[in-house]
Amino acid sequence: MGSGRWAVVDQRRGKGAGRAIAYCLLPIAFLLAAPAAAYTVYVTNEKDNTVSVLDSEKLEVVRTVKVGQRPRGVILSKDHKWLLVCASDDNNVQVFDARNMEYVRTLPSGPDPELFVLHPSGNPLYIANEDDNLVTVVDIETGKAVAEIPVGVEPEGMGVSPDGKLLVNTSETTNMAHFIDTATNQIIDNVLVDSRPRVAEFKADGSQVWVSAEIGGTVTVIDPNTRKILGKVEFQIPGVSQDAIQPVGVRISKDGKRAFVALGPANRVAVVDTATFRVERYLLVGQRVWQLAFTPDEKLLFTTNGTSNDVSVIDVERLRVVRSIKVGRYPWGVVVAPF
Amino acid sequence: MGENASCRPSRGSSRGACWSALLLGTAAAVQLAPATLAQGQPQAPAEVEAAAPTAGVQRISIVMARELRERPPPLSLLDFPPQDDGVAGARLATDDNNTTGRFLKQQFALDVVESASVPELIAEVEKRVRAGAGLVVADMSAEALLQLSDALKGRDALVINAGSADDRLREADCRANMVHTAPSRAMLADGLAQYLVWKQWRRWLLVRGTGRDDEAFAEALRRAAKRFGGKIVEERVFKVETGSRRADGGHEQIQQQIPAFTQNVPSYDVLLVADEGEQFGEYFPYRTWDARPVAGTQGLTPMSWHPALEQWGATQFQNRFRRLANRPMRPLDYNVWVAVRSVGEAATRTKSAVPKALIAYIRSPELDLAAFKGRRLSYRGWDGQLRQPILVGTAKLPITVSPQHGFLHQHSELDTLGVDRPESGCKAYEEGNRQ
Repeated sequence: MGSGRWAVVDQRRGKGAGRAIAYCLLPIAFLLAAPAAAYTVYVTNEKDNTVSVLDSEKLEVVRTVKVGQRPRGVILSKDHKWLLVCASDDNNVQVFDARNMEYVRTLPSGPDPELFVLHPSGNPLYIANEDDNLVTVVDIETGKAVAEIPVGVEPEGMGVSPDGKLLVNTSETTNMAHFIDTATNQIIDNVLVDSRPRVAEFKADGSQVWVSAEIGGTVTVIDPNTRKILGKVEFQIPGVSQDAIQPVGVRISKDGKRAFVALGPANRVAVVDTATFRVERYLLVGQRVWQLAFTPDEKLLFTTNGTSNDVSVIDVERLRVVRSIKVGRYPWGVVVAPF
Repeated sequence: MGENASCRPSRGSSRGACWSALLLGTAAAVQLAPATLAQGQPQAPAEVEAAAPTAGVQRISIVMARELRERPPPLSLLDFPPQDDGVAGARLATDDNNTTGRFLKQQFALDVVESASVPELIAEVEKRVRAGAGLVVADMSAEALLQLSDALKGRDALVINAGSADDRLREADCRANMVHTAPSRAMLADGLAQYLVWKQWRRWLLVRGTGRDDEAFAEALRRAAKRFGGKIVEERVFKVETGSRRADGGHEQIQQQIPAFTQNVPSYDVLLVADEGEQFGEYFPYRTWDARPVAGTQGLTPMSWHPALEQWGATQFQNRFRRLANRPMRPLDYNVWVAVRSVGEAATRTKSAVPKALIAYIRSPELDLAAFKGRRLSYRGWDGQLRQPILVGTAKLPITVSPQHGFLHQHSELDTLGVDRPESGCKAYEEGNRQ
């Protein structure tokens, strides 16, 4: 990777045209120099108001970019052109050019956006508004909010089925997974789960949705078609008190065989066999691990460790933690681009 | 946005959104209740029942009983309690319960009863319990709580004490029909002591007032010193000269008095003050003879809630409260919120509105309450005390949260705070639980 690639350390929003021209050249330089399977990893640092940009091959931070206040949820647009960041304290979603981290625009989000998910078609964006008991539906092309869906108290986790027909939102104080028909934006069913549900993650084949409960200490697996609970993943770690086991982030491998669950202040990621809902192994990572993201080839898994200010890198095949990389303060969300 | 469309009755899937419209009405009705009652017109519970005749809806009525007490004014103008102290917490929890309830066809109503006369207050509560409201959240003195508990004996009713820290309600005078969301003095003192010991500030000078409550808190501190390895190097009693709490000028004499009062003591790390009536403790910070921090009922203080806590998702909770009450959330608001949310959680999980079922769930170890403290909360099986972390902070910010790292327990580290099962002197509770 060319050393000039990330020449500018801090990139504030809304810069002049001069810098934009300079950046036009960068993707070309990158293409020439990049070895295969090097990806870009974006980590939001909740306390620093920055995004750390990491290189998945060098396993180091290549750039730190100033963003809006209290960045948390982070995703990429379907074409990977845009990086979308929930700026919770600015009450909006900020859009950056994923290649050069130039600020593009701001999307309305409703108050206090925390987590969001894109429809598999690439539009619209569904945002959980934790302060308002709402899910806001935003058309990312026009930048307009098109619907608001009233849900339970403190909506947080957002998952959408691979066919795009079903949206699942979790509400932290109501303790439910709300199943929403994306055609009508209406709730069709509510499934009670354990306390403080944080994340909803669909299996790639759409057959299951996994919902983590932070205070309940479990992950509930639900059949999205019947809304029946198929099973519950429970965790026990020798020497770690049950109170400290607080599942948040969940990622399931594309083949559907393994799930990875971040266990918060237990400082571990659980590797779960999806056939039995049993934990195969616990991997020791940094402190208060919350969110997770695979590289596109699923060889690596990145974890955000809130209180130790780092990300851990897990070798998915060997189930080993291979590196920890210092990022900003209170790293929260993570996403990986296929370039 | 799309709200009108969502209430079209022809669509089966639109029920969720229609519920929200219906409940907005309910929430407004609930908020009116305290005002009506303040004018001395207690609402008959039967009328509440009749108010919303919707089929298939479970209604859960929660009574909040407030004993209006005369308290001497605090030293600081900032410390006068707001009129809706505690009640605002009940209103927020009722709103939260109703937001969840709309998905389960459960409606929660809050019925606030308040009086300066304990017999009148108890009579009003009894009336409501006879009409089927089995859950009573109380902000009352220890003496009044015991009378209320005895009046409700044998009924399907539970008193949830949100206002009294008195340890005897959890010990010798514990009652089988009472649980406590307010932390006991022992829990508060233990929370503070763990932090001081963690800091290696182990030598304490204890200054207490002459009131019974001051002595009770001082006793909790002595107990905590013994448990966690603190040492009280000396105890002094501070006598408050009654009179006007403010004189024009005032500071000149205090500036002389406090240094003199704290002179000639064995060397110590922290001055602990036991002044529950808020009559003199605030005089000590920055005025002691030796430069020492002040902790206890003033200075660095243990508490169930801090208005500036932002960890564990508390920010949204604080925002919600501020929008509703137009002020920061106080510990009493939090204790009441937890009490009313315990009922809501029990209703959600049992899918019942029957007091007996709700009470059984609240007391069971299955209760798993998420309450913005980063841990699941539940009620102790031996004395009904809510197991919860204790925040330790100054007026502006939380400084730490106990239990502190390193204080271990074979079941739950939260049980290092307060009276643990083997030490418990609560007999009635055990008998009650055996039923």
